[in-house]
Amino acid sequence: MARAIVNAPPRAKRGEIIEIKTLAAHAMETGFRRTQLGELIPRDIIRRFTCTYNGVEVYRVDLHPAVAANPLIAFTTIATETGTLSFQWVGDNGYSVTETAPIRVE
Amino acid sequence: MTTRREFLVLAAASLAAPTAAKAQLDPNLAAKRKAAYEEALGKVVGGAPVRAGRVKLQLPPLIDNGISVPLSVAVESPMTAADHVKAIHVFTQRNPLPEVVSVHLGPRAGRAGVSTRVRLADTQTVVAIAELSDGTFWSDSAEVVVTLSACLEEGLI
Repeated sequence: MARAIVNAPPRAKRGEIIEIKTLAAHAMETGFRRTQLGELIPRDIIRRFTCTYNGVEVYRVDLHPAVAANPLIAFTTIATETGTLSFQWVGDNGYSVTETAPIRVE
Repeated sequence: MTTRREFLVLAAASLAAPTAAKAQLDPNLAAKRKAAYEEALGKVVGGAPVRAGRVKLQLPPLIDNGISVPLSVAVESPMTAADHVKAIHVFTQRNPLPEVVSVHLGPRAGRAGVSTRVRLADTQTVVAIAELSDGTFWSDSAEVVVTLSACLEEGLI
C-alpha cells in the first residue's frame, strides 16, 4: 500500500540546497473526537518523521495531534554526495512507513 | 416513524450534549489552556529569554476552516557548523494541546525552515520558537482568525 509520497530532485549539484516535500497518508486521529455515542476515539497519530541522507540524520520532526490529517512536511537539505535519501514515519499502533529516494550529485 | 426534521433535532441535541457537559465541568478551560501553553513553552525554553526576530512564521490571517491550515516557518541563519538553528517549535495558545510540531535540524538542512499543515481549534495566536546553536531563543507569532474550528468540525463528523 503506497502510503507516503516523496518529492525530491533525482539529481543536484554538489552543495546545492534541495527542497523535499513529503506526504504521508494518515488520519492523524487526535484523541479528542467522540463518536455519536459519545465515546472517545483513541489517539492514533504519527509521532515522528525522520529524514536520513546516506544513513546520517539530517531532519527530524516530532508531530502532535495539531498536525492536520495526511501530514505534509516540506524542508530543505544540502546535496552532499550521491546516495539515498531515506524517509521514515513512525506512529501509534505500530505505524511505520519507510520511503527512499535516490539522488545523484554531480 | 421519525421524520427527517425530528431526526435532525435529535442528532443535533445528542451532539451538543457532550460539549455542553464538558463546558460545565471545566469553567476555566481558557486558563487551563494558557497554563498548558506556558508549561510547554517552559519545557523548551527552560527559563531562557525569548527574543522576537529572526523567525518568520507564515500563516493566513483569516482561515475559513481550521482543519487544515498551511503553516511555514523560516529562520534567518547562516546554517554553518558554528552558527545554526538546532530546533524549531510551534505552539498554539488555544488548541486542546499547545504543541504543534518540533523540528530538529542542523547545518545539513541548508536553510532553517519547515512547511506543514496544522489544525487550529479557535481564533488565537500561534507562536514559533527557534533554538539556535549558541543557546539563544528567537520567536515570531501570528494572530489568526478561524471561522470554523477544527475541533467543532471533527465533532460533527
